Amino acid sequence: MAEDIPNMEDALDIPCLKVGAMEGLKPFIAGADHQEALGFPGELVPNWKEKALEKMAEMAETNRAFQVYLDTCVKCGACTDKCHYFLGTGDPKNMPVARQDLLRSVYRRYFTFAGKYFPWLVGARDLTEDVLQEWYSYYHQCSECRRCSVFCPYGIDTAEITMAARDILAHVGIGQKYSNEIIGKVHTVGNNLGLPAKALGATLEDLEEDIEDETGVSVRIPLDEKGADILLVTPSADFFAEPHIDGLLGYAKVFHEAGVSWTVSSYASEAANFGLFIGNQDQMREVSLRIRKAAEDLGVKRIIFGECGHAWRVAYSFLDTLAGPFDFLDQNYPIPQHILEFTWDEIQKGTFKFDKSKNDHIRLTYHDSCNVARASRMGDEPGGQFEIPRNVIKSVCNNYFDMDRDTTRESTLCCGGGGGLLTDDLMDLRVKGASPRMTALQQVTEDHGVTHMAAICAICKTQFSKVMPKYGYDMDSILSVHQLVSNAIILTGQETDDAEEDND
Amino acid sequence: MAYEVNGATVEHDEEGYITNLGDWTVELADVIAAAEEIEMDDERWEVVNFLRDYYDEYQIAPAVRVLIKALKKTMGPEKGNNKYMYELFPYGPAKQACKIAGLPKPTGCV
Repeated sequence: MAEDIPNMEDALDIPCLKVGAMEGLKPFIAGADHQEALGFPGELVPNWKEKALEKMAEMAETNRAFQVYLDTCVKCGACTDKCHYFLGTGDPKNMPVARQDLLRSVYRRYFTFAGKYFPWLVGARDLTEDVLQEWYSYYHQCSECRRCSVFCPYGIDTAEITMAARDILAHVGIGQKYSNEIIGKVHTVGNNLGLPAKALGATLEDLEEDIEDETGVSVRIPLDEKGADILLVTPSADFFAEPHIDGLLGYAKVFHEAGVSWTVSSYASEAANFGLFIGNQDQMREVSLRIRKAAEDLGVKRIIFGECGHAWRVAYSFLDTLAGPFDFLDQNYPIPQHILEFTWDEIQKGTFKFDKSKNDHIRLTYHDSCNVARASRMGDEPGGQFEIPRNVIKSVCNNYFDMDRDTTRESTLCCGGGGGLLTDDLMDLRVKGASPRMTALQQVTEDHGVTHMAAICAICKTQFSKVMPKYGYDMDSILSVHQLVSNAIILTGQETDDAEEDND
Repeated sequence: MAYEVNGATVEHDEEGYITNLGDWTVELADVIAAAEEIEMDDERWEVVNFLRDYYDEYQIAPAVRVLIKALKKTMGPEKGNNKYMYELFPYGPAKQACKIAGLPKPTGCV
């Protein structure tokens, strides 16, 4: 695949406009089997126009925010240069205001007075099949990261408009293969990967062996253990991909050393909830209910989420609405809790012994994952979702450097692969969309010799391991935060180099 | 969308993964590999065979880490590592080797 890598001097450089640069780019459309499994029509329905407008009317009626977001925009332009896909591609339709207007212009035509009678005056346009195709293309060039929303003076949540457009499209028969196939697998197997319980069990046993080989200490990664106190819900990538698995080993060591009883569930072996990405509440609920059922069946007292960005958004913001009330859990702990909150609490209690020099080969920076940064919180203090990951990192790592403030915390740039775009058929977009983040990284490499970047999202980790080589970094330059914890933690009874040196 | 093998056609999806896993043959693997601009040799076959055996047992491809650990035992540490796997299969041992082995593509955040 030929990709021209954008060459940016500064992470937020505004590119020259390239009209139509990304026109027609489309991820694979879901086949009938993947559509119908989620209750969507298998192909474009004959009365698609009527159905699409019906759906839009329903959204405007039942979702007040949707209507407000469509009515409120005054085209002030504050968001135009805030999208990493616009910065990376130069396509003016990737300016958030322009991308939203692809839907807003249709809404205006059918649902506002001026648009109904004087469409030419207010930029209202008819819904045609070409418009649907344009929606499919450009609403799959938005990762729902919500950076643009931070800069919107009205607080319009632009991701909601992308989600609405995708939901309308799926309802008339044009769903996205990547997301819908994955949601189908969660319903049938329990996770995005399609990892059956037997394979999960074998993988976890294998990882237990790895920890024992490395440390000499037997650390368990329990599966489906009834009566455990904590249910860990983590992205299935943590059972499969690099560097995700190293993060899982970190969670296991942390739980072991804290002396708590915990378990993974094969029924709810997925934290991710792609129902959010396709903007469909019913799917979001169905995926969330698996977590509730697993917690009830296993009789746990607490639920902790592993490193997954949008999973934490869904868990933190919506889990109670979707699958609550969780009155059967121990109310003395956050419901749900993030693994970083757990680890940070234990660090403050002095539970762990760390050898920070184990991470001295790394000069680190941290990528705030968008859904954690802008749609959730951790701990008791405002901004905890920014501070707690950094606090944990600094407890286990000597060489830490932040990237440009305009590209971190609430202003963080998307990795370029979020929101259902982490699919090979969008690789060109992913590489370009990553360029602002990669440029900010290159700056700290130049200024501070940064060699690695850590993240707490499975999508970010996979995306960066694929695109970093295009920007001059090794694929293993992206790390899990709990991988750093795993490197530095000295388990009780662990054989250490120091002991060996003493023997020499 | 189909591969041609000895005059027969074997259907595949948009990305080249075969639709019916039962259609896989050794000859087909060579054809898929050629489409991926890869020439199969003993080491690549060892990876493909391991993936197929693992799939038979577990109905999914192994985690890369599990694959590498197994290959380290047979190929030795110089070759049983992530870097070498990417030399064998530039688009990744999980996805590209699975495609050649006639297995479904691992999906999700991977």
